[in-house]
Amino acid sequence: MRDFDTIVIGAGHNGLVCATQLARAGQRVLVLEAHGEAGGLARAREFHKGFKAPVAPSSHHFSPTVARALGLEQHGLKLAPPAPFTALAGDGTAPRVVRGETLAGASVEDAAAWPEFRARLQRFADALEPSWHKTMPRIAKGPVKSLLPLGQVGLRLRRLGKEDMREFLRVFSLPMRDLVDEHFEDEALKALLAWDGLIGSRMAPRSPNNAVLMMLYRMASQSHCAGTSLIHALGSAASAAGVTLETNAPVAKILVAADSKGQQAAGVRLASGEEISAEQVISSADPQTTFVKLLGVQHLEVGFSNRIGRLRCNGLVAKLNIALDGEPNFDGLESAQGRLLFAPSLDAIEFAFDASKYGEYSEQPVLEACVPTLETPELAPAGQHVLSAHVMFAPHALRAGWDEAAKADLAARALAVMERSAPGLREQMLGHELLSPVDLEQHYGVTGGHWHHTEFALDQALMMRPTYEAAQYESPVAGLWLCGAGCHPAGDLTGMAGYNAAQEVLA
Amino acid sequence: MSEAMQTDPYAGERLKESPFHPRQAALNLREAWSSWNGYRFAEYYYDPEYEYFCIRNGCGTYDICPMQKYRISGADAAAMLDRMVTRDVHKLAIDRVTYVVWCNDEGRVVDDGTIFRLGEQEYMLTCGSPCLAWIRKAAYGYEQVTVEDVSDEIAALSFQGPTTCAVLKRMGLEGIETLKPFGIRRFPFQGGELMVSRTGFTGDLGYELWIEKDRGLAMWDALYAAGEPYQIQPYGEEATNMARLEAGFIMPDMEFAEALKTVHFEHDQTPFELDLGWLVDFKKPHFNGRRALLEEKERGTRYTLTKLDIEGNKPAESSWIYRDRDCTKQIGYVTSAMWSPAAKANIALAMIETEYLDGPIWAWIDYEKELRQYGKVARCTVSKRAFWAPPRARATPPPDC
Amino acid sequence: MKRYDAIVIGAGHNGLSAAAYLAKAGMEVLVVEKNDYIGGAAVSRELHDGWTYSNCSYVCSMLRQAIHRDLDLSRHGLMLVPYLGTISYGLNGEVMLGYHDEGAAHNELKRFSPHDADAMHRFEADMNRYSQFIRKTLMRTPPDPVAPKIRDIHELLFLGKQFWNLGEREIYEYIRFFTMSASEFLDDYFEHYLVKASMATPGIIGTALGVESPGSAYILLHHVMGDVDGSIGAWGLARGGMGAISHALASAFQSFGGEIRREAPVAQVLVQHGRANGVVLENGDEIYANVVVSNLDAKRTFTKIMDPKDLPPGIVKKAENYKIRGSSGKVNIALSGLPKFINVPDNRYINRGGQAFIGSMETLERAYDCWKRGRWSDDPFIESVIPSAWDPTVAPPGGHWMSNFIQYCPPELEDGPWTPEKRDAFGKTVIDKIERHAPGFSDLIEHMEVRTPYEIEQEVGLTEGNIFQGELTIDQLLFNRPFPGYAQYRMPVKNLYMCGSSTHPGGGVSATCGANAAREILMDLKRPNTVPEDDCYDE
Repeated sequence: MRDFDTIVIGAGHNGLVCATQLARAGQRVLVLEAHGEAGGLARAREFHKGFKAPVAPSSHHFSPTVARALGLEQHGLKLAPPAPFTALAGDGTAPRVVRGETLAGASVEDAAAWPEFRARLQRFADALEPSWHKTMPRIAKGPVKSLLPLGQVGLRLRRLGKEDMREFLRVFSLPMRDLVDEHFEDEALKALLAWDGLIGSRMAPRSPNNAVLMMLYRMASQSHCAGTSLIHALGSAASAAGVTLETNAPVAKILVAADSKGQQAAGVRLASGEEISAEQVISSADPQTTFVKLLGVQHLEVGFSNRIGRLRCNGLVAKLNIALDGEPNFDGLESAQGRLLFAPSLDAIEFAFDASKYGEYSEQPVLEACVPTLETPELAPAGQHVLSAHVMFAPHALRAGWDEAAKADLAARALAVMERSAPGLREQMLGHELLSPVDLEQHYGVTGGHWHHTEFALDQALMMRPTYEAAQYESPVAGLWLCGAGCHPAGDLTGMAGYNAAQEVLA
Repeated sequence: MSEAMQTDPYAGERLKESPFHPRQAALNLREAWSSWNGYRFAEYYYDPEYEYFCIRNGCGTYDICPMQKYRISGADAAAMLDRMVTRDVHKLAIDRVTYVVWCNDEGRVVDDGTIFRLGEQEYMLTCGSPCLAWIRKAAYGYEQVTVEDVSDEIAALSFQGPTTCAVLKRMGLEGIETLKPFGIRRFPFQGGELMVSRTGFTGDLGYELWIEKDRGLAMWDALYAAGEPYQIQPYGEEATNMARLEAGFIMPDMEFAEALKTVHFEHDQTPFELDLGWLVDFKKPHFNGRRALLEEKERGTRYTLTKLDIEGNKPAESSWIYRDRDCTKQIGYVTSAMWSPAAKANIALAMIETEYLDGPIWAWIDYEKELRQYGKVARCTVSKRAFWAPPRARATPPPDC
Repeated sequence: MKRYDAIVIGAGHNGLSAAAYLAKAGMEVLVVEKNDYIGGAAVSRELHDGWTYSNCSYVCSMLRQAIHRDLDLSRHGLMLVPYLGTISYGLNGEVMLGYHDEGAAHNELKRFSPHDADAMHRFEADMNRYSQFIRKTLMRTPPDPVAPKIRDIHELLFLGKQFWNLGEREIYEYIRFFTMSASEFLDDYFEHYLVKASMATPGIIGTALGVESPGSAYILLHHVMGDVDGSIGAWGLARGGMGAISHALASAFQSFGGEIRREAPVAQVLVQHGRANGVVLENGDEIYANVVVSNLDAKRTFTKIMDPKDLPPGIVKKAENYKIRGSSGKVNIALSGLPKFINVPDNRYINRGGQAFIGSMETLERAYDCWKRGRWSDDPFIESVIPSAWDPTVAPPGGHWMSNFIQYCPPELEDGPWTPEKRDAFGKTVIDKIERHAPGFSDLIEHMEVRTPYEIEQEVGLTEGNIFQGELTIDQLLFNRPFPGYAQYRMPVKNLYMCGSSTHPGGGVSATCGANAAREILMDLKRPNTVPEDDCYDE
């Protein structure tokens, strides 16, 4: 039987980050990837002959700490300044563009309110930033010392001054709508500013408690790189560190050695039947897949398993990839750089969300799009382009089921929304593919097709992510660890969960 | 609206009646009814002490229809139950019954009950109060297990006392005398099947009879016809409570509070606190609450449920337990107490801080004489054994059968 | 001219309790009330000959027992009677009855789902546990965690200790409860749509959130943490209507020498040298006092009766941003007889409880979607009580008065403000829904009063008609209520205080905000405290 110090399940970005860290610390590490290629949701996939696109075309929040720790620059990763984020209202008005600290296209009043609004949120984000890199304490069980990270957050917030701290304690739970309504007038701008608190989650502008934290998490590190280049650098760093990567090697079961002394993770069994032993198994799969499918609840407590079972994992984002025979043109934009938002108002987002509550998608979806071929031309034949869009809100549990007709229908609706700002788009289209959350689940092995593996909400965040007794990356079964987006801090291509998990394994 | 409600607007207010109700109602001369799990249920029929002596001296029936019964079946049923309860379910053979407790993740008792293994992949779990939500939670993640609440489908009658074997034999249950304690046997009965288990809640010789509810009355009639020469008699909750206390059995809401229904932190109990450590099988690599229970075992348990023999004859109901005669140091409280007519002893179950078990134990007993309240301090002796455990309860075949 | 020790603006339950405790401490206190009747939203009004409506609030469970006993409200005429369970109306004529007897209630639940009948035990224990923690905070002043004084540190330690004592699991479960949606929270307990929906309705009452909105689980708790005679979660009716509470408080206040002036709307709070100095009435009368206490909501206090010049910068903006959203309506009906509801047996006990016309979780959420769009739903959630089934004083013999609370009702409609025609159309929607469950209901109607947020604001003075004087979301709870830094009843002008439900612990006919405010005022004046300690600490 083959034997390793550590087996990492899944070669998504968190799995690779974690594996590389451990290999650099001298461990013999095997990464097992179910698909033919590493990369998880950042893995490019051919959707039309000659055209490829990943689900996550670019990373906007990759942690510089992680990039430094892994020396990713030496492996070709370049973290660029944040890309522009542009609101296209579809009503002929000029685009509103946010790029880092600058805001263009806004009214005089809104432009005046912007610097202070942004600066304050950035101060909050900066104050929270270190905590995304720390293992959260186990309240009421761990040593008092483990409460330190929480104390540090408190201290950092306190250092912002009384006024800021009071404001933080008020706004951290606000719905995005209330937050932006307090400062701005222009609906399209408000939608743009609210978006990063909402995308990928089961949250609408009026939903309290979770959105601001999500946005502050995203504001903690702002950079830009193409998803494929990130995966490339991570793969290169992993192999340089001596990580063994095996693709097309889906794991069927996590093996547990059990006797009267208790239980201990002992390795894995592949779908092929091969068993591989290891001192520890680290899963970058989502918590439900890890605990219920791969481990099996018979090794877990009833309450714990049910907390895993009740994690909210239903994704609400569909992926629409379009093959274009030329560069698309958008009203008022010279070039489709960065991210484009097609959501004319907060109500547009709210009402699109409403349909999803009843297992439907809206007549008028809202979407964020980009043209990844502008920076990664190899995704399409020369001179041609890919438009890649996140379409919200497309519920995993569509009442009528996700058949081809439903997907074609949603794609048509999304296209119609984009056409309001890009009149010639349809004529440029060579083909397209819409991946529903169910498709994402099937192709990428993510429960519910959820971006963050499970909803980022206060009750599923920090020392409760994914749930207590597993929030310090170690699971209740000795030797089994988590390192995916379902752990603290959360998803998106940030690398933090994998990094934190490796720190904890090595501690 | 149900038909019953159309004719009787108070139908929903009235409690359910067990399949045996017509016969039991006729015998309930005192109209002493209480309720159990939504059923109308007899506290006693004629006189609690008379009924108690029927159990100890002859035979009596106790309606256990209101008890909760869950059928758990499928390829994963054994694994699911084994993880849920603290005992090793894999050891349970077909047609055998075992007494179990199950705990929450923190090792605190959710409930106690019995598991019947009815077939290769079929089990029945019985318990005193509804537990379906927890069992469903315990079944989460197992693909091949189904849980059905069959509480209202089965008519069940507990039949207890020294002459029960003889009566069942007279009823035509051939070979019943060879049924061992915790064994199950099936008999044809009027075109259906009568299942008999040698189980009970009295600590004496006894059986439990299980049959589909529509045949319940016929079974009752056959049993009472056979039991007539033996003065068969129904008994109620009060007599049961006396018998089980003598046997040292615990009762929910008396000795323990179900963990999922407690409001205050750690106002529930662990198996060790209930002196049920023998039910916890650490040889199993995993079961629910194992980690917490192992910690408790290593640390030592704070309280221990203890059988007390108390001087004098005043029952120590709701008494506080002290380390000293002057009652300066409280070390526990009584959960159940009574004068034992069989043992002729003043007995009690009490939760006592483990560290004081080896020292002197005193109880402060409140009692009343013609409306005037009195109190006294009484010396308590720890009893290791049950107050009532006759050899006939375990003998196969039972004597006189 | 006479100078009072204190003026309280508004004779609502909190204004009166604040006034009573100040007067009890020997202060000369004047309460000024804009209406010609006292009580604010806790009133009994004979709007139809022989029928007395509690035309705003209609049931009570938040009134702290400690205040009731301390002010001897029973002697001042208050009698609170707990009422029996609630009937829940689902889809397609499905009705779940609420029986008082535990066994009968269990059997009824089992009819819908044996699983839920069992889960209810755990749900009730959990709710009870969560309530016990929060109940301990009700009659305490929220600590300031940002600039703590010594007493704030004590208070923070007290709360921290209470929280820590819950144990690891409960600490986490508590955080869930505080942040989740009612729907997601209930998913962990119940599987049947009607059981779940009937448990979810307290999560939306009075709030501009839906059952699917994060945060609505806390609203649910807010509605079940009260008690009647120690029975947590029970609701009671005041004999003679909710006005009986106000009248008892007023009578207690007057017994301490307090004075109430009706039809005396305040135009502005007088501020001199940075200190509150009295009030100017709309008729121009100036009344002076050393202390001014506003029972009005926070938004109204700072945007309507204060001169912005008297306020520090930023506070008006805070008040404007204060979330006080109108989301509820009320239809009060005089009936010539007791209606007969489909699938409800003619059972004298059942007919003495509440009625929840629900539908399903989706019905509730879709009603919220309508509210967001400035509409009312065709199928709104209606919580009804027929107090006359209990209380012989509120309707003539044989007649009945029915209180119907409607969620949701927007403060303004998508096509403009409310008009009498639209108000009546809204009322008709409500009647139609009840009629669907009780054919012939309309024929029993003798008189009816329809109140949208517009009427509630106009008559009672609650901004947007919000029944809690401000949303109960984390950003407006505890030390954030009404605004961060001003949660200890003291306002940014010296000698000016707030005592309405805009302050901790928030909405509900509790008289508690007022008592808490009085305690702080007496502390500032270095007078002995007259406010009792709560009696819930040994629960």
